[in-house]
Amino acid sequence: MNVKLFLTAEAIILPAALLLAVLRSLPGPVFFPLRALAVIYADLFRGIPTILVIFMLGFGMPGLGVSWIPQSQFFWAVVALVLVYSAYVSEVYRAGIESVHPSQEAAARSLGLSRGQTLQFVVLPQAVRRVIPPLLNDFIGLQKDTALVGALGVVEAFRQTQIDQAATFNGTYYLVAATLFVAITIPLARFTDWLVARDRRRQQAGRLA
Amino acid sequence: MSNPEAALEIEGLYKSFGKLEVLRGIDLDVVEHEVVCLIGASGSGKSTLLRCVNLLEPIDAGRIVVGGEEITAAGTDVNRVRRGIGIVFQSFNLFPHMSVLRNVTLGPRKALGLSRAEAEAEAGALLERFGLADKRDEYPDRLSGGQQQRVAIVRALAMKPELLLLDEVTSALDPELVAEVLDVIRELAAGGMTMVIATHEMGFARDIASRVCFLDAGTILEEGPPERIFTAPREPRTQQFLQRIVDAGRL
Repeated sequence: MNVKLFLTAEAIILPAALLLAVLRSLPGPVFFPLRALAVIYADLFRGIPTILVIFMLGFGMPGLGVSWIPQSQFFWAVVALVLVYSAYVSEVYRAGIESVHPSQEAAARSLGLSRGQTLQFVVLPQAVRRVIPPLLNDFIGLQKDTALVGALGVVEAFRQTQIDQAATFNGTYYLVAATLFVAITIPLARFTDWLVARDRRRQQAGRLA
Repeated sequence: MSNPEAALEIEGLYKSFGKLEVLRGIDLDVVEHEVVCLIGASGSGKSTLLRCVNLLEPIDAGRIVVGGEEITAAGTDVNRVRRGIGIVFQSFNLFPHMSVLRNVTLGPRKALGLSRAEAEAEAGALLERFGLADKRDEYPDRLSGGQQQRVAIVRALAMKPELLLLDEVTSALDPELVAEVLDVIRELAAGGMTMVIATHEMGFARDIASRVCFLDAGTILEEGPPERIFTAPREPRTQQFLQRIVDAGRL
């Protein structure tokens, strides 16, 4: 259940956050409303505790009694996690975009590439590579926060542990749950390290061994 | 009014950054196959002038005409204009996440719409011509400064520009790497490429330029054939500038 939550949410967060970050980096007064919206969004959803968003949507939305609103708490749990984590991840992307030196953009534009092409082929590939470690940070955070969803009554790993523990008074269930979480995050961390190191090896010379 | 031979015409160009007036009324005509060298102290406006010609900086007043078309007119498609004007930067500005071949083919593929095979065939030929054929799969950071700058020149040439702007292309290089880059530019000049070159290499400017312009405080104070500018400059500021260069042992 946690893995399903995490993967579903992450698949939406990655592109959504990128879009937010790009909106926020648009230049000129024409795009001011879009930029402002992106800023307000990020401020708001980074400011509200995740558990509160999960409660508001998970209990609030189905509770509205509007027929076309989905009743599934899994659905609302995903929406809540996507809303919160897109705000965090968009800031990570933005840091990456801003870390690409303006001379790279000048070089690309001087070849006659459009603003969009410059973003697509020159700025974003470099930006994303640079923020892979902090992106992983947020993945892990998300993966752990899936445990909060248990409060809605969705039976995820932590909730199941509480149930088992309460039935048997056996505290080792918590240990098992903790191990399960770590068993996912550690391989993920090593995989990203490997990815980053491979990129570095290919592109950079003169690194100290 | 437009000279059909003119590759580049600049009239009354003004450009400020905030309160700082960088260009104060530049007039400059460059005819086809001409090599114009811009000399002058740092901050005199050489780089800004080149960036304005490539529309990387919006101008405040004046007009720039390239190949008979006023590129500073409102509504000009800047992407189309830039395809015809190459620029090479002091700090190379290669794309570090792409191999040499991808650096060179990016423009032709994405801006000119060439197929990958066409772009790679042309890029391969250019890299071959400038002695970089064995570097095509390397990443920029694994090359020497001189090689990187040659790649940057090839990248600009791959767009088949009618006009090439070079912005102090040897200033970031170790002295022993300068020659390989200057040789490339000499070869381009011999091939009839129209170029505007901002440079601190006075010896090179004297050899290669058909005309030298001395920029001072945002204006072209003096221009003429290199023999005259370097041996008998008329303006006191030009004399002063060249004297300092001679004293520094760089001419």
